[in-house]
Amino acid sequence: MKIVVCIKQVPDTKGGVKFNPDGTLDRAAMLAIMNPDDKAGLEAALRLKDQYGAEVTVLTMGLPKATDVLREALAMGADKGILVTDRVLGGADTWATSTTIAGAIRNLEYDLIITGRQAIDGDTAQVGPQIAEHLGIPVISYAQDIKIDGDKVIVQRQYDDRYHVLEAKMPCLITALSELNDPRYMTPGGIFDACKAEITTWGRADLKDVDDSNLGLAGSPTKIAKASDKVRKGAGEKVVPESPEEGVAYIVGKLKEKHVI
Amino acid sequence: MDFTLSKEHEMARTLFKEFAEKEVKPLAQEVDETEVFPRGTVEKMAKYGFLGIPVPKEYGGQGCDPLTYVMCVEELSKVCATTGVIVSAHTSLCIDPIMTYGTEEQKQKYVVPLAKGEKLGAFGLTEPGAGTDAQGQQTKAVLDGDEWVLNGSKCFITNGKEADVYIIIAVTGKVEKRGRMQKEISAFIVEKGTPGFTFGTKENKMGIRGSSTYELIFTDCRIPKENLLGQKGKGFSIAMHTLDGGRIGIASQALGIAEGALETTIDYVKERKQFGRSISQFQNTQFVLADLATKVEAAQLLVYKAAMAKATQKVYSVEAAKAKLFAAETAMEVTTKCVQLHGGYGYIREYNVERMMRDAKITEIYEGTSEVQRMVISGSLLK
Repeated sequence: MKIVVCIKQVPDTKGGVKFNPDGTLDRAAMLAIMNPDDKAGLEAALRLKDQYGAEVTVLTMGLPKATDVLREALAMGADKGILVTDRVLGGADTWATSTTIAGAIRNLEYDLIITGRQAIDGDTAQVGPQIAEHLGIPVISYAQDIKIDGDKVIVQRQYDDRYHVLEAKMPCLITALSELNDPRYMTPGGIFDACKAEITTWGRADLKDVDDSNLGLAGSPTKIAKASDKVRKGAGEKVVPESPEEGVAYIVGKLKEKHVI
Repeated sequence: MDFTLSKEHEMARTLFKEFAEKEVKPLAQEVDETEVFPRGTVEKMAKYGFLGIPVPKEYGGQGCDPLTYVMCVEELSKVCATTGVIVSAHTSLCIDPIMTYGTEEQKQKYVVPLAKGEKLGAFGLTEPGAGTDAQGQQTKAVLDGDEWVLNGSKCFITNGKEADVYIIIAVTGKVEKRGRMQKEISAFIVEKGTPGFTFGTKENKMGIRGSSTYELIFTDCRIPKENLLGQKGKGFSIAMHTLDGGRIGIASQALGIAEGALETTIDYVKERKQFGRSISQFQNTQFVLADLATKVEAAQLLVYKAAMAKATQKVYSVEAAKAKLFAAETAMEVTTKCVQLHGGYGYIREYNVERMMRDAKITEIYEGTSEVQRMVISGSLLK
């Protein structure tokens, strides 16, 4: 079985989001990490590899620096890394991105494509399903469990209050949720091998069956008028104590913990 | 000279830091309080190859360099010194001598499962009457047919009851050296479960309380003849060379403790308010932190230099001694001052610096006291 996992390098939003004066993300000021949903997708692929045997190729589109997430994926156990990078591909929205990635995947043999549900920098959840549309294959989104049965995949698709069990014939595309699993760590030896591994780099010329009018900033129908951080408000904590005394003790404990009293 | 880390080492640091934060830190306080050996953590570390970092892949290891291993012990010790020393004793004191002095059969039989983390290692040199004076060994090994018969005991053994494979140093006879009769000392590999090999008391310690520190007792314990490690009579130099490597591990542990205490304290002083402002705004706090950060970085450079020396040099005793001496004394000073900056809260168990100060002390004592390190260093100056 051949699995392609699409991953994205995103700014780590854990320490807060930082913006440039023009409203765009200040990526340089934030740590770059592998998008959490994509990492869960990669883990799902690696588990399928452990269980059924598979070749796992990770693919990312981005700046040359994005090879970092490819190496991380290799250090976790992926077999091959492909970086799609080209100046003409920059500034892409979801449409241009999915067009580009589909153009790259057309060069590959695959039974399964796994993407994360959405990236924490854009939160659109559009790229995965769009890739499937471009490639003309079925898509199952929001996967919380993936099994293989012969030439079919059986996937639990998550909803707020239930899940659906869906079956699809391969090749197909699955979008993964970070809740799907707990991704494995890299191994030290895996890191050393990953840093020596050759990363395949593709540019515009390597994309198959794509039209320039659908690529990069010029090929992006989405125009961003303004971007800003939302005002964050603490979620707070709701505690239902057994008795008033217990409630008081809890609050006093919290105040002491914060050195207020 | 370039002090920047390679991509490999940067990624390895990220890995160890993430693992330590997620898997080790949440248990550190409980491990200290209850003195329970963190078996679950050891199993996770085994799964990710942390128990065979500097071991070649053909022997089940990760094929990384000593610096990567040092960074692992450092990051683990930042959050839990117990976990740091478990890895250090296993790797430096048990795997390393077998890799260096073992036969191919011994490497296949012992290093492979140790490096994969299927087995845990320990090292027994210290005896009640033979600490710094390691020549004062009383444990004896006598060859009887195809077996060595061990009698005696070892004390303060890290990973004591939890290990599966032990390097044991014992007296195998007497030899004449410079006209005087001296003990002939040899090294052996002993497996847990060998009849006649039992455990004595568990030590109740000031720090690194989750590490399993036990007395090992050998009563007519018979081990196969082929479990002699290295040449007969070379046990003392095997032990000393092993400790050179071990000292780099302990130096990394000490470095991690110091870094952990400093990081915790930087967070604390920014939060803690007295006289209407955070205590980080007082110049005393700022100057103390500046001194500590400078010493921690100096310690890190010495420790990393020793790790690089182990990778490239046959003999690295002096580098290891300097790294351990400075890192251990830095750990003690940093943790003591961090407790002071925490004020009363620093003396309370709930705050991690209290544990870190207790953990730091042992780094000045085990695998050669600070005084022994000074002997090694001055010996190289005045030879």
